[in-house]
Amino acid sequence: MTNGVETRIILTSDEIRRALTRIAHEILERNGGAEDVVLVGIHTRGVPLAERLSKYMKEFENADIPLCELDISLYRDDLSSGTKPVMRPTVLSVDIQGRKVVLVDDVLYTGRSIRAAMDALTDFGRPIEIQLAVLVDRGHRELPIRADYVGKNIPTSRVEEIKVKILEIDDVEQVILMRMRDS
Amino acid sequence: MIRVSNTGDPFNLIDQSVPETAGRQHLLDLDDFSREEIEGVVENTDVMKDVLKRDIKKIPTLRGKTIITLFYEPSTRTRVSFEQSSKILSADVINVSIAESSARKGESLYNTALTLQAMNADIIVIRHPHSGAPHFLSRFLDSCIINAGDGSHAHPTQALLDIYTIQSKLGKIEGLRIAIVGDLLYSRVARSNLWGFTKMGAEVVLCAPPTLISTDFLNRYRQVEGHPFSSVRIETDINKALKGADVVMALRLQMERQLDGHLPTLREYSRMYGITPSRLKLAKPNVLVMHPGPMNEGIEIDPEVAHGANSVIEEQVNNGVAVRMAVLYGMATPIRGD
Repeated sequence: MTNGVETRIILTSDEIRRALTRIAHEILERNGGAEDVVLVGIHTRGVPLAERLSKYMKEFENADIPLCELDISLYRDDLSSGTKPVMRPTVLSVDIQGRKVVLVDDVLYTGRSIRAAMDALTDFGRPIEIQLAVLVDRGHRELPIRADYVGKNIPTSRVEEIKVKILEIDDVEQVILMRMRDS
Repeated sequence: MIRVSNTGDPFNLIDQSVPETAGRQHLLDLDDFSREEIEGVVENTDVMKDVLKRDIKKIPTLRGKTIITLFYEPSTRTRVSFEQSSKILSADVINVSIAESSARKGESLYNTALTLQAMNADIIVIRHPHSGAPHFLSRFLDSCIINAGDGSHAHPTQALLDIYTIQSKLGKIEGLRIAIVGDLLYSRVARSNLWGFTKMGAEVVLCAPPTLISTDFLNRYRQVEGHPFSSVRIETDINKALKGADVVMALRLQMERQLDGHLPTLREYSRMYGITPSRLKLAKPNVLVMHPGPMNEGIEIDPEVAHGANSVIEEQVNNGVAVRMAVLYGMATPIRGD
């Protein structure tokens, strides 16, 4: 047996759409509508996911939800590593002061990105509440952080990898579980 | 559904949406930069400019890191700009100016640097009158070394901020005609810019009196086919150099080095090579006028040009902080305590 990558599709594009529509409903339900809600996508894939949630919420309630994008590179705690991401712009189209912020990311894993995102957000103001929406929760938290809205819980081992592919960025749409095979 | 792939990328697994810059340990010159790495610095500088627009200009990126600026030559803008960018990134910055250091008691550069490293300096920013001093330190120190100007050799962060300034004003570097006019013999700014501009695909014209051009440095590379310098043009006639230029960069005439008899008189230099309003008309109408500073107004550049509508000299200084923040962010600072 040669080396290779074992891959399994966890979510198809239809399943991603269903998960996101459910999350959109949940956000509206939990917040009693769309008032004061701001969606903040974390770069890179949180941004198009937040856009879709906002589109669905517009369809369901005819509410215009402000959309923001957040880059967390400057707030990471692992910056001593060898390679660093080229940063993306942080665009806060509205003042988050006093709003209910829903952070949107593709995968929740150790929780360190979310910690960094919360630090970045609070540098811009004091939201009355920060909630978290993720497409996939794969476990293995290293910080006391949990998601309020989860597309799918996927129990994984640490040697596995979750790849979220979004149409706007990757030209395909699916969630894949990868496992390096070295037997 | 299980699939095994050994070749290709059928699931598009390689993440190409987030480009990464390799963290570099030292920044000595732009000669070892790829075009992609320069573009990465430019993109990151845009983000840093946004940080500078915030009400509270403080981000935790380099918290707990110690940055020492070690300046063996006088400097205002470079040193202050490094200090400011370090502080915005939450690093602890210590300025060592040689007038009040042990170097005056005769301590060697080697020993001074070892002392600073022993005090847990993560990044040492050095300016030194001798070309190659930062390279020398990089050979035996674990700390990151940033060259803030060494002799007549290199000044990479100045070149990066010049590239950023042009890119942000004109939207590109590739294909632009950039004239660099002045003391090319002693200019570290010109040398680093030459690497940067040519790697970004600009057409560079160098202009100086024959006594102030170091052709040996250029000719070695110009003969290599495909080398970025092979397209560099040299002119001793300023009118030819400025014709059709998108960018005109004047260099400071280094007065302290003009006793060596390179020029008959300052007045003659100014008459033949000064950037004047009438000469500037030879360039493109929207030409950018740049100068690394400090300026000798009335010698290499006419005050009317230096403060005119085409001048971006103040913006260069302003961009210096954001560029140096991007550079500091990109350093692979060593992890301590393990």
